[in-house]
Amino acid sequence: MQASILDLDYVLGHYNYWMFVILMMTGLYITVSRGNLIKKIVGLNIFQTSVFMLYISMGKIIGGTAPILVDNPDAVYSNPLPHVLILTAIVVGIATTALALALVVRIRETYGTVEEDDILAMEHEMEFGSGLPQGGDRG
Amino acid sequence: MSPGLVGIAIIDILLFTFLVVTAIAILRLRNLFGVVMLAGVFSLLSAALFVTLDAVDVAFTEAAVGAGISTVLMLGTIALTFREEKKPSHSALLPILVCAVAGAALIYGTRDMPAFGAPDTPVQTHVAPDYIARTPVETGVPNIVTAVLASYRGYDTLGETAVIFTAAIAVLLLLGASGKRRESKDSEGKE
Repeated sequence: MQASILDLDYVLGHYNYWMFVILMMTGLYITVSRGNLIKKIVGLNIFQTSVFMLYISMGKIIGGTAPILVDNPDAVYSNPLPHVLILTAIVVGIATTALALALVVRIRETYGTVEEDDILAMEHEMEFGSGLPQGGDRG
Repeated sequence: MSPGLVGIAIIDILLFTFLVVTAIAILRLRNLFGVVMLAGVFSLLSAALFVTLDAVDVAFTEAAVGAGISTVLMLGTIALTFREEKKPSHSALLPILVCAVAGAALIYGTRDMPAFGAPDTPVQTHVAPDYIARTPVETGVPNIVTAVLASYRGYDTLGETAVIFTAAIAVLLLLGASGKRRESKDSEGKE
């Protein structure tokens, strides 16, 4: 079943997945390209939330209702299992975020900065006794 | 094309547009206070999206944890560190390339995925109907998510609690130790 990319049904049926990819890549880009450690963590959170959106999107049934039992025997419920998984993931996510932020505070106390470039330059200086060569590889 | 799909699609398109705009604003902003506030907005918007996708439990957890606790923790961190981000000193070409290639591969992967909201996909027909049918009989809990979380997969939830406990201890060790060091530094300064 390969529909044309211009088919409206196909676009609406896959729109959520495409937007999840765009958000996920924005998060990845923030994490990889920005040197500030706090911003890296924010990027990681965006990456993580977009994965939640993928899972929740897959569990949705059109015309369904939230998986809380109602009296109507014909009610259609959206899939509760992705919801359980993502609930766990959100809570574990905040635990890792808190740990990362605590590490950032410790890095700030030891190095006096939270910029990746400055930290790498300092470590290089500690190890080799000279600053990083200008325009060199960031390792 | 069902009218239900169109209704959800309109709300989804709006919310996703806001989410993408927020993410790009986070990318471009260098004031960290603004970045943290926008991250809270991002979490709240995603909570709204989860409501439209029938995941009410996930939505209120995301609103409480993502927009609430996480924002407070980040504000605490920027209070202890810096409020401005330095200008990036190196070229962003390689990260853009990596993200574009990974994104293209993922979008290629979605071509085979079943349409959004279809009731006859493997996700919907495998074990989920079984849980939905057995929950009222076996547990008597009206909320199926709660029943799975606390009853059917109780050990997983115990494991999750162990993760949070470990993280809390690690945070206390990291920050508690530095507090003591600061005190000893202060007392050295006084002497």
